[in-house]
Amino acid sequence: MSYSVAIEGISKRYRIGSRANATLRERIVQWTTAPHRALKTTAPSIWALRDVSFDVLQGEVVGIIGRNGAGKSTLLKILSRITNPTSGNMRVRGRVASLLEVGVGFHNELTGRENIYLNGSILGMRKRDVDRRFDAIVEFAGVAQFLDTQVKHYSSGMRLRLGFAVAAHLEPDILVVDEVLAVGDAGFQKKCLDAMEGLQSGGRTVLFVSHNMAAVENLCSRGIWIDSGQVRMDGPAKNVIRSYMEAFAGDDGAGTDLSDADGRLGDGSIRFTRFEYLGPDGSPCSLARCGEPLWMRLHYRASREVSCPSFGFRLFTGLGTLITESYNLLHGTVIPKVKPGTAYIDVRIDSLNLLPARYTVSLWVTDEGGANVYDGDVRTVLEVEPASIYASGRLPEARQGIAFFTQSWAQPVVTG
Amino acid sequence: MTDSPSARLLTATRRPDVSANALAPPPHARDNGKIVGLFRELFSYRELAFFLAWRDIKVRYKQAVLGILWAVIQPLFTTVVFTILFGKLANLPNDGMPPSVFYLSGLVPWLYFSSTVTNVSMSLVSNADILTKIYFPRILLPTAVAGGNLVDFVIGAVIVMVTAVICGVHPSFSWLLWPLLMVPTLVLSLSVGMILAALNVKYRDIRYVVPFAIQLWLFATPIIYPASLVPEQYRLLLGLNPLSGLIEVFRHSLNPNVVLHWDLLATSLAITIGLFIGAIAFFTRSERAFADYV
Repeated sequence: MSYSVAIEGISKRYRIGSRANATLRERIVQWTTAPHRALKTTAPSIWALRDVSFDVLQGEVVGIIGRNGAGKSTLLKILSRITNPTSGNMRVRGRVASLLEVGVGFHNELTGRENIYLNGSILGMRKRDVDRRFDAIVEFAGVAQFLDTQVKHYSSGMRLRLGFAVAAHLEPDILVVDEVLAVGDAGFQKKCLDAMEGLQSGGRTVLFVSHNMAAVENLCSRGIWIDSGQVRMDGPAKNVIRSYMEAFAGDDGAGTDLSDADGRLGDGSIRFTRFEYLGPDGSPCSLARCGEPLWMRLHYRASREVSCPSFGFRLFTGLGTLITESYNLLHGTVIPKVKPGTAYIDVRIDSLNLLPARYTVSLWVTDEGGANVYDGDVRTVLEVEPASIYASGRLPEARQGIAFFTQSWAQPVVTG
Repeated sequence: MTDSPSARLLTATRRPDVSANALAPPPHARDNGKIVGLFRELFSYRELAFFLAWRDIKVRYKQAVLGILWAVIQPLFTTVVFTILFGKLANLPNDGMPPSVFYLSGLVPWLYFSSTVTNVSMSLVSNADILTKIYFPRILLPTAVAGGNLVDFVIGAVIVMVTAVICGVHPSFSWLLWPLLMVPTLVLSLSVGMILAALNVKYRDIRYVVPFAIQLWLFATPIIYPASLVPEQYRLLLGLNPLSGLIEVFRHSLNPNVVLHWDLLATSLAITIGLFIGAIAFFTRSERAFADYV
């Protein structure tokens, strides 16, 4: 089968620091006072991508995974021709539509109807194609009665649905999608996933970036793991996802050192330094067991005084599906002040209702409103061991799902 | 179409009516010959240019209470002010034209030029969200702005004609120069704006430079004064401003008493063409990096 996309040795360098963002005045001063230096000095730069090569066959659905900042988005931008690689070649066969954001170019002052045409045309559809698919788009988005309302009066959910509806009616040979499914309510996500599956069986080539490993696994036959701007692994999606998840999991459940966790976000006002599990007796442990209480102790260092922080965690399955998220403010626990220095905070889970498997915990801390991230996406592993929850002699198993509920069974009541 | 998109996508391969040209041409379209490729690509994206211009026009007047009336009010009021200030108080000559026709006929092309240069210079920065998310020939954004602004220009031109008739100027064939001269005026404004737009992506200083430069440009162009007021030895200097020749001819096409400055117009056209070629070259060279800087 012939290739749809062939890239060879693609690299992308971004200049960072003063030179790239120099103002006109600085440029003029530099050129007039020291022209030889202006020519010679090379600004500090980072390689967002380094010598990336792969071919994508026609009809292949490829999931591109990797941590934040690994270069996935840069790769998508190059594939969709938004930016040019610093070096390397790219050959593409067919029409490319890129969907790096839903509703690109929506204008608040225009109505839904007007925005469908505008957005469609920005995405590369012809007017007659939009005309032909207009009713289907409106139906998919479910905004029929608001068609002639300005988009500024739309809820964010409606905007999103409208944006995806237009995009779902594109018919490219090659579709480049970034994280579009990470947004919206569950029902809508399902709809989007269905549409994506449709694409897959429609024989289109799809390149799909996502943090939703379950979606990648379901949709993609092949996975490409980008790490530090390079292809770290390329193969069947299942295998790549497994390796990817394991790489972040680390292997020590108890007292994981987080001080040099990579890929973390935030400005560092507060940094998680260590992460410990405490067993039912309050002492550090390395095993978490199904159905037992679990304390998580988050050690952190604050570099300045922070008022009313919001500490939180997310729990993911081994395939990256978010199971739950929680944070202190959600529980009404207000921490008025965090003083500079080191400290720890305990999170007590009464009963760990997870089936035995390996999970990922991602920690974050932000300001009260969540606008400023102090530290985020700090990952550690949670290994849950089977335990005899019901004292029945039978152990719960991973194949029974993700979670369990405490329950009781009564004896049959004879009714006839 | 009533079937769900997923079902529709599922069956897409079996439907020949799903047109192969539903989307713009493949990205490598530009490989075959730079200029030819550029024009072929622009042609295939013509609908987007239209939609962008349509969006600009629609948005510009949608929120304004008086809407499109502003295209009438602005030149008319400025003309009244100019007539009083420069005609009555400063007593500047009008080449024997009725003062209102004299100022209005200079102002309408000038207002197009100044607003187009300003808007075009901002067109990339203000569409940063689109630039960083999707590919299309970047030149469409400035072009759409310059094209969209023509609506105001045409309305202005009609006002000029009506005012001329009211002031007793007899319509003549030379009035047909107006629609013709709109083309070089558009090209000139677009060229200047495009260069500024490309610079603006990297150097945000441009947004402060533009209003200031436009203000100076107004005085360097025979709008509040006739070119005939400029001493002979400085005429060449005036001619170097490509807008001078255009405005002189715009104005004098309404004035049967004056010989048209064809030489001045020829200079303007030559400079405009040169600027246009330079602007396209500069723009296409810089556009590769727009998404990285904007």
